[in-house]
Amino acid sequence: MVTEATPAAIGDKIRCDACPVMCYIKPGAAGACDRYANHDGQLVRVDPHIVLEQTVSHGGRLVPFQATGDWDGKIVHEPSIFVTAIGAGTTYPDYKPAPFIVSSEIDGVDMVTVVTEGIFSYCGVKVKIDTDRYLGPETATVRAQGEAVGHVTTSEYGSQMLSLGGVHHLTGGSKKEGRVTCDALMDLSNCKPVELTIDGGATVVVQAGCAPIVNGVAEERMRVGCGSATIGMFAKQWQGKVDEVVVVDDHITGVLSEHQAGKLLDIPDTGIKMKGRRSTPGRYFQVAEPGTGWGGTRISDPLSVLGPFDPKTARPGMTMLMVSTTGEHAAYYELDEALRPIEKQMPLDLKLSVERIQENCEPALCTVLFMGGAGGSLRAGVTDNPVRLTRSVKDALTRVTSGGAPVYVWPGGGITFMVDVTQMPAGAFGFVPTPALVAPIEFTLKLSDYAALGGHMDFVRPLASLKDSAEIRPMPQIPGRRA
Amino acid sequence: MKRLPQAALLPDGRRLHLQDGPIDLIVEADGNDADVRAAYRAAVQRFTGLLDELCEELGELRQAADPERCALSGVVARRMHAAVAPFAADYFITPMAAVAGAVAEEILGAMRGVAQLTRAYVNNGGDIALHLCGDEAFTVGLMDRPDDFGLLRTILIRANDPIRGIATSGRHGRSFSLGIADAVTVLARTASQADAAATIIGNAIDLPGHPAIVRVPANELQPDSDLGARLVTREVGALAEHEIEDALEAGIACARKLLAAGLIEGVALRLCGETVVVGTRGIDARTTRPVRGETSKSLMHA
Repeated sequence: MVTEATPAAIGDKIRCDACPVMCYIKPGAAGACDRYANHDGQLVRVDPHIVLEQTVSHGGRLVPFQATGDWDGKIVHEPSIFVTAIGAGTTYPDYKPAPFIVSSEIDGVDMVTVVTEGIFSYCGVKVKIDTDRYLGPETATVRAQGEAVGHVTTSEYGSQMLSLGGVHHLTGGSKKEGRVTCDALMDLSNCKPVELTIDGGATVVVQAGCAPIVNGVAEERMRVGCGSATIGMFAKQWQGKVDEVVVVDDHITGVLSEHQAGKLLDIPDTGIKMKGRRSTPGRYFQVAEPGTGWGGTRISDPLSVLGPFDPKTARPGMTMLMVSTTGEHAAYYELDEALRPIEKQMPLDLKLSVERIQENCEPALCTVLFMGGAGGSLRAGVTDNPVRLTRSVKDALTRVTSGGAPVYVWPGGGITFMVDVTQMPAGAFGFVPTPALVAPIEFTLKLSDYAALGGHMDFVRPLASLKDSAEIRPMPQIPGRRA
Repeated sequence: MKRLPQAALLPDGRRLHLQDGPIDLIVEADGNDADVRAAYRAAVQRFTGLLDELCEELGELRQAADPERCALSGVVARRMHAAVAPFAADYFITPMAAVAGAVAEEILGAMRGVAQLTRAYVNNGGDIALHLCGDEAFTVGLMDRPDDFGLLRTILIRANDPIRGIATSGRHGRSFSLGIADAVTVLARTASQADAAATIIGNAIDLPGHPAIVRVPANELQPDSDLGARLVTREVGALAEHEIEDALEAGIACARKLLAAGLIEGVALRLCGETVVVGTRGIDARTTRPVRGETSKSLMHA
């Protein structure tokens, strides 16, 4: 947003002098043009994304702009030079397409009148929760306010994944299920916290861009790697400081002396005996049940993953570090005369290595990708709607954005896209009682000369202040679906 | 320094985009190159300063129209008044209800004044002024949602039809509505008449006192709104089927009255997924997909 005109203040209202209509504008409201608004008593040019959002909610199709200054009266123009109103994040601020756009390209129709908003019945969110803690079994139902809103899906590296929403929960279940699903999706998409409970698992508070809260405890870090990877990363730092290291992990627990990394450093055997299933040397699966304790297992006492030390190899006084993949849990032991590990105060250099693990863990975040489809089932469900209609529209597109944010468009039929909700303007999502989500989606026509964009924009409308504004977000070029 | 409106050809090289303050026009003319060029030049010329002209009488334009007398002097302002005057005895209406259509007509008139055009339109945010000659026709599509590419209905307007104006009013638009209609699309002899009539019919589609409808005084939203403290619709919650029917019935009754009085040629009313058409002239039977109300299940999904 950019302050531009010099308004007069009348109470909490301001009077815009950008055009002769001279609107009085209340705080938080926009003038008759929807271009200027009162933001905390300041007249501002409305954020381009909000303009977009309203454009879409008015049913507008976004069209690119001639970039070569005032129209010179020529019918022919260079098609190679134009700027879009959006898509590049920076925007041509004066452009606000009419809600109803005339187009002779669509099926012989000269005018298209769009009367409502961008509604997605086929939509949902994919939630990535950076935690090793066990949230629930795969395919378990995820609930909000007791209603089924989705399920646990296959986990990813260091993260648990939830798939929420979708047409089945939105419209296929009870009325309440649909409403609760819609609310949960909208809140998640608008970056608000939502409490989810997983059947047979944990309760987790999810908020896009924030750490997950699992069973009331805020997750701090994402693991540095699996147990085996942690051994590989830190083996050298442990060499000579401790005889054995066990990195406890729900997926792959690592053991230094047996691990390839330890072997390469000539770290001697310790006679350690691990529970669980050995995968390759020094790498163990299923040392314990998954849970919210050490390294995503359910254990609180790490020794429970060990069997008795082999008396042929082990000797009293041997030292051992046990640590989780986030460094959040760690303990130091020495073997007594009976070769039992006894917890002792951790030496400083080992403490530092644990801190090093912590330091190398990225902050745990919840990320929410909104996923929605437009026009897909339209083709399938409405047979008299010619396929070439969708195709021609798609062929003409090089870029789809959502609230100005870049999207990933899935290959194949329809226009199914994913977008990181934290990249979108605040409050970008709404809902209709269908229930379905209302999300902005913009189609921007092809840019042949993207490199020239910045300069052209200035030429179209020199707004020195715009250029320097921190609130204009330059956005990377998204590769077009078709070059 | 004189404030100049924005004028640019859209990238298709055919359509002209004009913008000044709250006015946003998409213009297209068909004819030979020289005529089209002259027409576009005339459109830009007429558009320059038009907003200033209107604003000189803005105070008066925001007052309830007098059904008998017109004290306005600008040609566009007078056209606005003329369009709303037939309703002014029975309803609260200000000339502002016809501003978009009246501006569209003015620009179209300027183009026609200097050039021989076979076909032309000026689309002012959905309020559209048309020009048609000979065998020419326009096909107008009513679209339900921007995420669907199918069309709800199409309307074929031929040169020998009396229709030269189309306007849509409803609660989703930029201007406020006293009613709850999602959209009322009116076909009329002129764009300004269509504009005024769409406002009146849109206001008639209502369920007074219904608890699911959120209304706010217009001047709380826009302090200088011509609607003053009148309650305008902000949100429509869940409505029962019979309530939707009742509200539409009220709109249909109003539309029939206007049709009988010769003020409109046809109208499509739309509320909560139901569409009703009143007056058949110009409304073609052809649809590229079923109307949502008839097959609500298949169309519920985008």
